Amino acid sequence: MNYIALKMLMGDRGKYLGIVMGLTFASLIMTQQPAIFVGLMMRSYSFITDVGLPDIWVMDPKVQFIDDVKPLQDMKLFRVRGIEGVEWAMPLYKGLIKARLANGNFQTCNVIGLDDATLIGGPAVMLEGRLEDLRRGDAVIVDRDGAVEKLGMPGPDGKPKPLKVGDTLELNDRRAIVVGIAKTTRTFQSQPVIYTTYTRAMLYAPRERKLLSFILVKARPGQDLTELTRRIRRGTGLAAYTQKGFQKLTYDYFMQNTGIPINFGISVTLGFIVGAAIAGQTFYNFTMENLRQFGVLKAMGASNGTLLRMILLQATLVGAIGYGLGVGLTSLFGWAMRNTILAFKFPWQLLVYSGLGVTLICVFAALISIRKVIALEPAVVFKG
Amino acid sequence: MPTLAVHCRDVFKTYDTGDQKVVALRGVDLDIHTGRLMMLVGPSGCGKTTLISVIAGILDQDAGVCRVFGEDLTHLRQKERLRFRAQNIGFVFQAYNLLPTLTAAENAAIPLIINGLKRPEATRRAAAMLDRVGLGDRLGSLPAQLSGGQQQRVAIARALVHDPRLIVCDEPTSALDHETGHRVMELLKAIALDARKALVIVTHDARIFEFADGIAHMDDGHIIRLESREDLVGAGEPGAAPTAPAEPFASP
Repeated sequence: MNYIALKMLMGDRGKYLGIVMGLTFASLIMTQQPAIFVGLMMRSYSFITDVGLPDIWVMDPKVQFIDDVKPLQDMKLFRVRGIEGVEWAMPLYKGLIKARLANGNFQTCNVIGLDDATLIGGPAVMLEGRLEDLRRGDAVIVDRDGAVEKLGMPGPDGKPKPLKVGDTLELNDRRAIVVGIAKTTRTFQSQPVIYTTYTRAMLYAPRERKLLSFILVKARPGQDLTELTRRIRRGTGLAAYTQKGFQKLTYDYFMQNTGIPINFGISVTLGFIVGAAIAGQTFYNFTMENLRQFGVLKAMGASNGTLLRMILLQATLVGAIGYGLGVGLTSLFGWAMRNTILAFKFPWQLLVYSGLGVTLICVFAALISIRKVIALEPAVVFKG
Repeated sequence: MPTLAVHCRDVFKTYDTGDQKVVALRGVDLDIHTGRLMMLVGPSGCGKTTLISVIAGILDQDAGVCRVFGEDLTHLRQKERLRFRAQNIGFVFQAYNLLPTLTAAENAAIPLIINGLKRPEATRRAAAMLDRVGLGDRLGSLPAQLSGGQQQRVAIARALVHDPRLIVCDEPTSALDHETGHRVMELLKAIALDARKALVIVTHDARIFEFADGIAHMDDGHIIRLESREDLVGAGEPGAAPTAPAEPFASP
């Protein structure tokens, strides 16, 4: 009977394609918007992810997320270094400074000051130049997206010209020479990221009494990180989070204090409802159009169980194909947008959730259809 | 030796349409023997279709007894009843009811597949049956590619392919022209009827009465008159006027 079920489904190409397209569209809108949402939310803590080496981030207890910098006194660094279980602790400056471009334009940049000696916290992937070049006078490293987009300038021919190694900028009236281009993950605000040494960052930063933004800590081998964060909190009065903990703090802040979740939540929910309605209605219509045929099979002795298996097989098949195509289109969309400013992340969890969503739609549509088929009087076949 | 294929006594059936009750069968008595073609005739709404639905076991009567080859289908469990129907009853419908996306051979093979036969063997036997109804060259045709007469022949092949003992036909010729209707009836009688099978046909089509071995005239849920072949041959055109109250049809 499986063969008959498949022929009923695929025999009418137009209807079959209609159902598959409905489910493809449902899968597409169920995955594309959440993928953008996930991408956007991951950008909120992408800087923490990029600074991969330290185990623990130490900061002012009032800090709510990565860009909410509340400077510390420099002496806090030494107190953290004195905590038992700390292998090393390095300073990190993070602040927004206006850069003046060669054409006179200004652009707000995220300036990161790395420990002068170790350069810990620097970009992991250098596209041009080396991280060590930061030790040269007035040296800065710029992220590729920033160099191409916001720090790029129109060339003599009028075409945009990316910032490149050897170009200069002005940061707070001080000269900065680009010595490298790094690959970093875009941040939530998508501002250009400029890396320099901690000492030089102090010169670029506006005068303030305290300038130390974060203390990056590496735990000694075998240390329990949660326990170490507790010891740092107790010993310094500062806040200390593991890398994951700080990511979560930032993520939670954006979830609770911005309109992103509700905006995307509405969009994703509407997408799911519209997708479910389209796919469910299409499949339901398909079964209803075949109700008489099911009645014929029933009259000829096919059991409700057999008809149920036929409908489930049809639902599973169109669901799987529609889901595959929808997910494929979403992936294609993500691939096409990979070099744009659009936030897009398609993790396996989203595949699972959307798969469950499509399954839910198909099962729901199949169940409604099955109810009709089970309740169907086979005597209907004698009605002309 | 003919045996009793269908035995109905005092069969009642009422439909509840919500705001009113419609009595479709009011104490129907009917016997049909193997080797015979029985026609149920009468005006629309007289209960013909309800009666064949009860006989075929796809509708339960409210009262009375209806046995098919000695089996009271209302006493069977759902699974047994389905198996009985799948093995013993063949259906020919007015609107053919062929699955439009299946070829002629695949359509004709359905009863065999329902009975558990593997698809290749079922299709092979369906092809042989289609050959018998004169459609050996149209095995791969879809219903939409066939004429009305050809579609009805596919439906006949489907009704006979699993060698059922009772064939139930609902207005098999009503959608066909006179000549095609005659050919379909000749075919039905030639290949559907033998000593161990019975054929019940619901029809309005007086042009095919000549094929009947017996005619049960129905009106308002009753069988009002039964005519045997002998009566038909003797009286000419059957069904001219209601006569005596229904008596069970006596087979020879």
